[in-house]
Amino acid sequence: MKISYKSKVLFFILIGITAISGCVTTANKAFDTQESQVQTRSIQTRAFDTTDKKKLLQAVISTMQDLEFVIDNADLVIGSVTGSKFSRGTIVMTVTVRPRGEKQLLVRANVRRNLQPVTDPLTYQDFFTALEKSMFLTAQQVD
Amino acid sequence: MYRTLKIAFVAFLCVGVVGCATSSGPRPRKSFLMLKDDYLQRRQLQTRQYDTKDATKIVMAVAGVLQDLGFTLDESESDLGLIVGSRDADATDKGQVAAAVTTDIIIAILGGTSNATSQVDAVQHVKASVIAKPSLDGNKMLVRVTFQRIVWNASNQISRVETINDPQIYQKFFESLSKAVFLEAQQI
Repeated sequence: MKISYKSKVLFFILIGITAISGCVTTANKAFDTQESQVQTRSIQTRAFDTTDKKKLLQAVISTMQDLEFVIDNADLVIGSVTGSKFSRGTIVMTVTVRPRGEKQLLVRANVRRNLQPVTDPLTYQDFFTALEKSMFLTAQQVD
Repeated sequence: MYRTLKIAFVAFLCVGVVGCATSSGPRPRKSFLMLKDDYLQRRQLQTRQYDTKDATKIVMAVAGVLQDLGFTLDESESDLGLIVGSRDADATDKGQVAAAVTTDIIIAILGGTSNATSQVDAVQHVKASVIAKPSLDGNKMLVRVTFQRIVWNASNQISRVETINDPQIYQKFFESLSKAVFLEAQQI
């Protein structure tokens, strides 16, 4: 049986395609973001007129608990709190607190729902409204 | 004929009015980061206060109680009074199993195939997260615990994820904690 020239070419093309596609990894997907970074940051961040990091973190924790989150971990030095909640899917939220200048603290929240990052500004606003209530302080928009 | 027309006209008007009613007025927005109306009740259920200023004593007692209840400690941050623990437990419910077996048998008798027994709850992973913090005036310690569970069915699929809201479970936890710190738990 003689293999035709055409099928030989086809065979090599197929091998080539397999080899090339084998090289592509999905690792870069781990860093995919949809929105521009500046926009995301301003949606997720508010400033509070206080320098008491511990008290602010405790307020974040109790606000998250009021919102039915279970706190998974927290760190005072790094200023982070992570919690999860089950409400039509799994919701995971991380909140970080860090100083801004001498008189303010910045609070940034990151929310994921079913592996998808939440980008809706109103959802983040809801969280900061709840946080304001327990802090008796106003959350200020940061540019 | 005239009557039928009149009824039809009234019905038409009703539809019109109903149509207006639903479209007018803003619908309340639902969001998973909004406080629900019953959040204060839930806070009350999950929180007790103890007449002490000693945060370390409370946190250590919490760790001990979780271990007494069969939990292993996953995470802790003593500066914020946080302790997280978890345990795996059986989740089989006799009633549910009986119902599933009956379903399978009946369907088999009727000549079909059913696998309801593979869908019954089998194992659960319970997570407890406890926060101890000073009260506003600083004279007492507030302890708040939240329980969450993930349930797997007999074919190893997640069948349920939920926050536990059974008052008895919280009651039991705080009773054990009271014994551990020799202090009475007070409702907030």
